[in-house]
Amino acid sequence: MRPVYMVSGGVSKFEKARPDATFQKMVKESFDYAMNDVPRLKHSMIDGSVASYFSDHFSRQLMAGIMAVDYLGLCPKPNKRIEGGGATGGLCFQAGWEAIASGRMNVCVAFGFETMSHVPTWKGNEFIALASDVNFDYPVGGFYSGYYAMMVNRHMHEFGTTVEQLAMVSVKNHMNAYGNPYAQKRRKLTIADVRNSAMVAYPLTLLDICVMSDGAATCILADEETAFKLTDHPVKITGVGTGTDMMRMSDRPHGEVLLAPNEKKSDYRNLKYPGVHSFRAGRSAGLQAYKMAGVTDPLKQIDFVELHDAYTSSEIQTYEDLALCKYGDGGKFVEAGYPFMPQIDYGMKLPKKGTIPVNPSGGLIACGHPVGATGLMQAVFAFWQIQGSIKKHYGDSELQLKKANRGLIHSHAGTGTYVTVSIMERGW
Amino acid sequence: MAKKIPTKRPAASSKFEELMTGTTVFNVPLPADLKALKGMSPIVIKQPYNIEYLHSYGQDSPFFAGLSNKKILGTTCPKCDYTWATPRLACTQCGGETDWVELPQTGRVHTFTTCYFGGEEFLKETPFHLVLVEFDGVDTLLLSRLLGPEQPEDIRIGMKVKAKFRRNSQLKPTDVYFVPAE
Ligand SMILES: [Zn+2]
Repeated sequence: MRPVYMVSGGVSKFEKARPDATFQKMVKESFDYAMNDVPRLKHSMIDGSVASYFSDHFSRQLMAGIMAVDYLGLCPKPNKRIEGGGATGGLCFQAGWEAIASGRMNVCVAFGFETMSHVPTWKGNEFIALASDVNFDYPVGGFYSGYYAMMVNRHMHEFGTTVEQLAMVSVKNHMNAYGNPYAQKRRKLTIADVRNSAMVAYPLTLLDICVMSDGAATCILADEETAFKLTDHPVKITGVGTGTDMMRMSDRPHGEVLLAPNEKKSDYRNLKYPGVHSFRAGRSAGLQAYKMAGVTDPLKQIDFVELHDAYTSSEIQTYEDLALCKYGDGGKFVEAGYPFMPQIDYGMKLPKKGTIPVNPSGGLIACGHPVGATGLMQAVFAFWQIQGSIKKHYGDSELQLKKANRGLIHSHAGTGTYVTVSIMERGW
Repeated sequence: MAKKIPTKRPAASSKFEELMTGTTVFNVPLPADLKALKGMSPIVIKQPYNIEYLHSYGQDSPFFAGLSNKKILGTTCPKCDYTWATPRLACTQCGGETDWVELPQTGRVHTFTTCYFGGEEFLKETPFHLVLVEFDGVDTLLLSRLLGPEQPEDIRIGMKVKAKFRRNSQLKPTDVYFVPAE
């Protein structure tokens, strides 16, 4: 395998609805943005593309990927569609990485989109729930927020995690998004606001849950030689990992913890793992990526994380899967302030503020979750963070981290069915 | 979970319902200068989408036949000694073929939630409780509805529950549901 770099990225603004554009135009916006950021990249140098979108139901159009490819003028070059539920974007990013690492392509465009506004929210919830087992899960009450609510109730029971700790994640991510012009929901909230919003699936409220969106994102990846011809600040992809687990959360086994390099067996003497309170696929993906990138102590060696916070609860569960803290300590981890941005005032007292900022962009909760675009959006925001180009792209430097040499992106499907982790580092 | 968690109950709407019906369009005027067309928004028309599926339970069929006989069936791997509450014909550990076994009709709440919102098909049933039920001697859980308690605060992890069956089987997993047994 040869080294792979990200040389450019672009996102269309994520919105509840884009009545002015179809998916092709949104993809084109993000693609043009990425192309304009690397003027030395000529259209003719692109060898092929990978397309990412989740649901045929949302668009009532099969083979939508190719309709974006021809809109971008990339026919007759290779393309394929990647699909893996909520992790579609993360899988697409890794498929682009594979195309370059294998030597098949020197420049690959990974793009993704979703148009979710064309059906009402309750219909959208039904389409999404069809990505759970339709024999056993869907007919009982098909609703992903319900599945995650059950998972967090068990997490709270096992570990004493509180709803206020969940709410802190929502406050953090909405506040971060306040400075991100691409985010859908830019709001200054308090813990009370989150708890007082409508109950969706006990104990998760409307503000604990991400929203449906329209949007698109594009990442341009290249081999080492091409990358340094195109930009002076390429970002190297140093680790990739993908984990899987059984589709039905009721089947999650209770076994031994997959240990991170910084953990001992004795840390988890009495833990029934992963059960429904943790994601084995997330742990597996993280450990693969850490091994490839040479990360042995993630809390010290990673500067920031963009993770799949479809729910405030899944952000807390993911801190643990990624070994940023021990299993069970996710609630205390956010309460102590570790995943906050050091430079932002959240209106809360945080003793360890900003050790490892999580979702500096605002995450899915505040940016929105146009499924096929989400994992790629994280890559774009992480890329800008590492390049130090947040000011250029956001128009303001408030969200630029001082130290952002190594970032982690994390994409997640089902109730932990597919999870991807990719590690990106300063390449120059 | 000693602390009482504040919740919001469904209340009368303060907003008009979001409808997917728009204005019927009879003609679409064009500007004299065609350059202005680049700024035109897409024309949107309503498009119904309806499919009748023949839903097959495949290798899971005995589970549904069991429910119509008031039995909950799971499967077990003779090699791994592992038992699934939600049945499967192949073992998730070794890939070998599993055998059908009858599960107990009492268990405990492993975890739960109350859904105040949902996919379109289930909206009319909200609020409803979902539970994952754990059984003695079984390694995995069963997703089911819990009937009886009015509020989520009335449900407790570890609470004993017992199975009830619909009188007229619909050949759906909701042919079995649970009620508190204490
Ligand atoms: Zn076996």
